[in-house]
Amino acid sequence: MSAQTYYVPEQSRFPIFMAVSLFLVVMGASSTINNLDNPDSNSSYILYAGLASLFTTMFFWFRQVIKEHLAGLDSNQLKTSYVYGMAWFIFSEVMFFAAFFGALFYVRTFAVPWLSGEGENGVGISALGLWEGFESSWPVITTPDKGAEYALAEKSMAWPGWGHALEWLPLWNTIVLLSSSVTVHFAHIGLKNGDRKKFNRFLGITVGLALIFVGLQAAEYYEAYAHYGLTLNSGIYGSTFFMLTGFHGFHVMMGGFMLAVMLARSVFAGHFEDHDHFGFEAASWYWHFVDVVWVMLFLFVYIL
Amino acid sequence: MSAVIENHHDDHHHGPAKGLTRWLYTTNHKDIGTLYLWFSFAMFLIGGAMALVIRAELFQPGMQIVEPEFYNQMITLHGLIMIFGGVMPAFVGLANWLVPMMIGAPDMALPRMNNLSFWILPFAFFILLSSLFMEGGAPNFGWTFYAPLSTTYAPPSVTFFIFSVHIMGASSIMGAINVVVTIMNMRAPGVTLMKMPLFVWSWLITAYLLIAVMPVLAGAVTMMLMDIHFGTSFFNAAGGGDPVLFQHIFWFFGHPEVYIMILPAFGIVSHIIETFSRKQLFGYSSMVWAMLSIAILSFVVWAHHMFTVGLPLAAELFFMWATMLIAVPTGVKVFNWVATMFKGSLTFETPMLFAIAFVVLFTIGGLSGLMLAIVPADFQYHDTYFVVAHFHYVLVPGAIFSIMAAVYYWIPKWSGNMYDERLGKLHFWLSFIGVNVTFFPQHFIGLAGMPRRYPDYALQFADWNMVSSVGAFLFGVSQILFLFIVLKTVMGGKKATDQVWEGARGLEWTVASPAPYHTFTTPPKVD
Repeated sequence: MSAQTYYVPEQSRFPIFMAVSLFLVVMGASSTINNLDNPDSNSSYILYAGLASLFTTMFFWFRQVIKEHLAGLDSNQLKTSYVYGMAWFIFSEVMFFAAFFGALFYVRTFAVPWLSGEGENGVGISALGLWEGFESSWPVITTPDKGAEYALAEKSMAWPGWGHALEWLPLWNTIVLLSSSVTVHFAHIGLKNGDRKKFNRFLGITVGLALIFVGLQAAEYYEAYAHYGLTLNSGIYGSTFFMLTGFHGFHVMMGGFMLAVMLARSVFAGHFEDHDHFGFEAASWYWHFVDVVWVMLFLFVYIL
Repeated sequence: MSAVIENHHDDHHHGPAKGLTRWLYTTNHKDIGTLYLWFSFAMFLIGGAMALVIRAELFQPGMQIVEPEFYNQMITLHGLIMIFGGVMPAFVGLANWLVPMMIGAPDMALPRMNNLSFWILPFAFFILLSSLFMEGGAPNFGWTFYAPLSTTYAPPSVTFFIFSVHIMGASSIMGAINVVVTIMNMRAPGVTLMKMPLFVWSWLITAYLLIAVMPVLAGAVTMMLMDIHFGTSFFNAAGGGDPVLFQHIFWFFGHPEVYIMILPAFGIVSHIIETFSRKQLFGYSSMVWAMLSIAILSFVVWAHHMFTVGLPLAAELFFMWATMLIAVPTGVKVFNWVATMFKGSLTFETPMLFAIAFVVLFTIGGLSGLMLAIVPADFQYHDTYFVVAHFHYVLVPGAIFSIMAAVYYWIPKWSGNMYDERLGKLHFWLSFIGVNVTFFPQHFIGLAGMPRRYPDYALQFADWNMVSSVGAFLFGVSQILFLFIVLKTVMGGKKATDQVWEGARGLEWTVASPAPYHTFTTPPKVD
């Protein structure tokens, strides 16, 4: 047991600022979305004000936590709290993705075959004469309503066969993201051995790979919208494809941003010691988590 | 749990800050616990007022008081407010007050995040309630917000509803992470896992459930948002999706959510029955294992809410048997409580009355749940008042009675004053009679075929509906008495001793009453 007492901050303005910011963000987002087809609406300003205040509060909050840590206020027990806290936060993120993967598995295994008249539930659907002529397949290119309500894509993002493997962006994205998990690990080893140069170099490479990934993903989305006619509006394949890869991409940006902050802290402020660097470790755990989600995506969204 | 305490009095025992900023900026688990409890009580009154609107309309057949559209908004908001604003924050408030004191910790593990978890809630419910004044009215699709009612046919305010659920979820996840980290990392030396008070155990398990399912709810409302505004087709068969998919995702969250609202009650009732029986709790470790089993089973029973949507037969059978299996650990708990009381030297103070009522009435709710688990029977009961009676029996004399029991049991420790026992008993009997008069007749009208969620009904249901409404107003009005009792206790009364109750055991009873602003800044020694 540590001889230090557990540090309990006296009072703090950050939480209430954060709560107000979140309030502005969600009020702004809701009214912006409800007014998407109203060009005179000013609601987006509430959203921007909320986001600005959210990021400002987070900046000062994290800065305060770092200051307290550097001032030696953190006992080992408090550090353990951060470690557990981060681990459980990542678990909650896993469950968020689980909802979308669950939806994917459900539509592929049950909903789409039933809609085409397969199985005991499908019998009822075809007896009613609903969605006549709909063929079950994955990816669903022709939607059950044959494009009456939803737009039909020309092509999916699925595995194009060995002949076209090298022009297939998801493969390159996989290579980029898997290597970035390795480089962030090298950075960690460098830090543990007290080799700051190695740490900065490999962390920099990791952030660079994150940027490349986001760029490739943007290119893929452009291709989908511009050339494949594959959009959010192209039925259940487009829905699951864009929501899963989109939320993953968003998490890559968050994780990449965290790593970039860690890099800046190391380069400009000389933070992190060989035995004391949980801020970096937390970001790298998050990065590995994002990587694992990608492997699942690559398997179940792209390949299978 | 027997404990030998070395009470180190630190020199720097700061008291609370003065004025409003004490509550806005606080990092103190006791302050935050108080905030949560008052917030949940306010929501309880608002949600309760909505329930009375519903019961007033149902007092007689025909349309009397409200428009059907407004009635739909009332049933939706009543459910959402009572669950997310009433019961859940009350339990989080109790966890804040009690968990650190029970395990000998100086505070919650992450005090600032603790404050954030609370302060999100008033904003979230402000958004939800403000939807009443929006064009098209408040959400009107029931608290389960099934697609396509909540997507294709929803009022515009659904967007605000979605985002308020998002931030409520963020609040719950942060709160739950805080509880898990506190329990895993902050126990005083000697407080091993199998020596933890049962309320702490119940909250550890509840927090795991929260972290596991609140993100799933976030996923569900996100898919709704995308379907409504951005053209996806998760819940629309025309694009290859399925409205039933919504129900699967919702109930994958919803069923563990049900246990989130009852496990802490199990913990509370175990403490109270033990104290007023003046005996050690019967079967401590079986209590722990029962709660763990219930929590694990809660992930594999969700489709018992959906027996009538046309699931494959194999799924109906699986979910029926899995659901019935839950009766085993629940039965273990009920028998353990009874065995604890057996040959105890019982006294019947207000908390004990609420706890015993909990055991009896929760069991009624559990048994009607078992009836609903039977697939062919459920085909008859589904979406009738029988279901309404069932879940109100587990939530009102279940979860809410346990919260009231907890307030009576621990308020002497919180405020330093004893509550008025005569008024407490009066409150109990009025609530007990009110609850049973309200909800017992709903079993009959449900079995006779009255569907839920309609503002009007056929004449043959008139008598029991009238009885039910009378009971509801009795129950509602008696909660004003509860408010009065609590205020009276906070403002003064007979001074409480440190141990408060003769049979009370556990670390929280070793500190002064009222509990000092900071307790256990150095960990106590526990054998």
